[in-house]
Amino acid sequence: MTLKVEHLTKKFDDKVILDDISFEVKTGEILAIVGFSGSGKSTVLKLITGLLDKDGGTITSDDKGEVAMVFQYSALFDSLNVFDNITFALQERKEFRGKYSEKELREMVAKKLKTVGLSNIENKFPYELSGGMQKRVSFARAIMTEPSLILYDEPTAGLDPVASTIIEDYIVRLRNETNTTAIVVTHQLSTIKRCADRVIMLYHGKIVFEGTPSELEAGETPYTKQFMEASPEGPMKINVSDF
Amino acid sequence: MKRIEYFVTQTVTFQFLKLLRKQAFEFFETFGKMAIRLFEVMKFILTGQFTYRHVIEQCSRFAIDSLPITLTIVSMTSIILAVQIAPEMVKQGGANFIGGLLAIVTVREMGTIMTGFAIISMIGSSMASEIATMKVTDQVSAMKVLHVSPVKYLFVPRVIAGALMMPLITTVASTVGVFCGGFVSSLTSPEVTGLCFINSVKLGLFNRDIGIMLLKASCFGAAIAHISSSCGYDAEGGAKSVGIATTKAVVWSFIGIVIIDYIFALWFYF
Repeated sequence: MTLKVEHLTKKFDDKVILDDISFEVKTGEILAIVGFSGSGKSTVLKLITGLLDKDGGTITSDDKGEVAMVFQYSALFDSLNVFDNITFALQERKEFRGKYSEKELREMVAKKLKTVGLSNIENKFPYELSGGMQKRVSFARAIMTEPSLILYDEPTAGLDPVASTIIEDYIVRLRNETNTTAIVVTHQLSTIKRCADRVIMLYHGKIVFEGTPSELEAGETPYTKQFMEASPEGPMKINVSDF
Repeated sequence: MKRIEYFVTQTVTFQFLKLLRKQAFEFFETFGKMAIRLFEVMKFILTGQFTYRHVIEQCSRFAIDSLPITLTIVSMTSIILAVQIAPEMVKQGGANFIGGLLAIVTVREMGTIMTGFAIISMIGSSMASEIATMKVTDQVSAMKVLHVSPVKYLFVPRVIAGALMMPLITTVASTVGVFCGGFVSSLTSPEVTGLCFINSVKLGLFNRDIGIMLLKASCFGAAIAHISSSCGYDAEGGAKSVGIATTKAVVWSFIGIVIIDYIFALWFYF
């Protein structure tokens, strides 16, 4: 799926969160959105999924495929076990209900769990799983309906370096195997380097940098330099109240 | 001029009116949201868009979890009532009317409203906090992204369960309540025999009263489930908002069932 975002604007009361931003993600591409806290990164994802209403601009795609999202803290349904979490859409949506037998669903879940490196946890509840496992289960849930676009909201937040690497590899593997388009909102440099084909940086609701991960790493503009140095000094003024 | 404006805005009356305006706005906003969601719920119910499994799960929660506390509250209220009225009625020569009076009070009013209060504090509050927690932990957003309507998944089974189970709980609680009241009446006043009490209940209570009780209980159940779910669904932020949503659910449910009770009283007994 090619996604085109044009002149996107979002305000919360009088505060402008996104100010006329435009970008495009091509089929099979992984775009990373970076920026300091409060720069509007997660808002972009919520506008794409329709969780928030935009105040201006357009979001268009070249096909009507599914859009899935992996949330920052997994957002697994805590009253359902892993099997019910992963098959939630297939069990609850009219177009899928009755399409698969229990046996087929079990096989599909086992396959998706294997894809994310897990097995035999179908009957466990989210609270019985580690943070990394929860994140991988939420991946499995997101890919169950075979989406054309996956949005990752800080997929490695709160994970140890090894778990982060597994997640990052998985994002790339999924793209390589299924040519799924992806947008990754992240703070982690490792995620940007390992996953992204292209990076955009947001500051005060505007795109201040667009380029490749190596261009970001080179830090040739004042914005990328400040970001790479993780410095409070620079063109991006850090507002303590935003944290 | 600016000085006068400043002093006016600092007065207690001005601050009170400002607060009143804010509260009124919040009231109508909450009420409006509940009404819109009620239409959605009705649409899903009338078009049969619900899963029996979820309804059964919620029914079990409504009926089984709340029964002990409901029975205790309704029975104790009936007993207190019996202790107070039985000796007085006997003194006035009205021993034969104690059963009827107790049954009418319990079936028409007390059994239903007390069951409602018990269900609000036990089930309504837990529904509100559960949904509010789901909201603040992005579970509701995840549901929307998966193209599953949260109103259909969260509200509909609860409202159906409330409408189905509340009459059952009220019937059990009221029956136990009347018999507990009868038992205590016969202990405090020997003139009130078991047979005399049962005959009095038969004379005082009509099928119409039982029918109205069942209908009212059904409306109470649906209202408690809908209001509690709606208050939980409006939660935004963190743990504090879960607490606020739970309190709001309890307050709004109390107000809701009292208003429904008033409408029933006007409609059927006025």
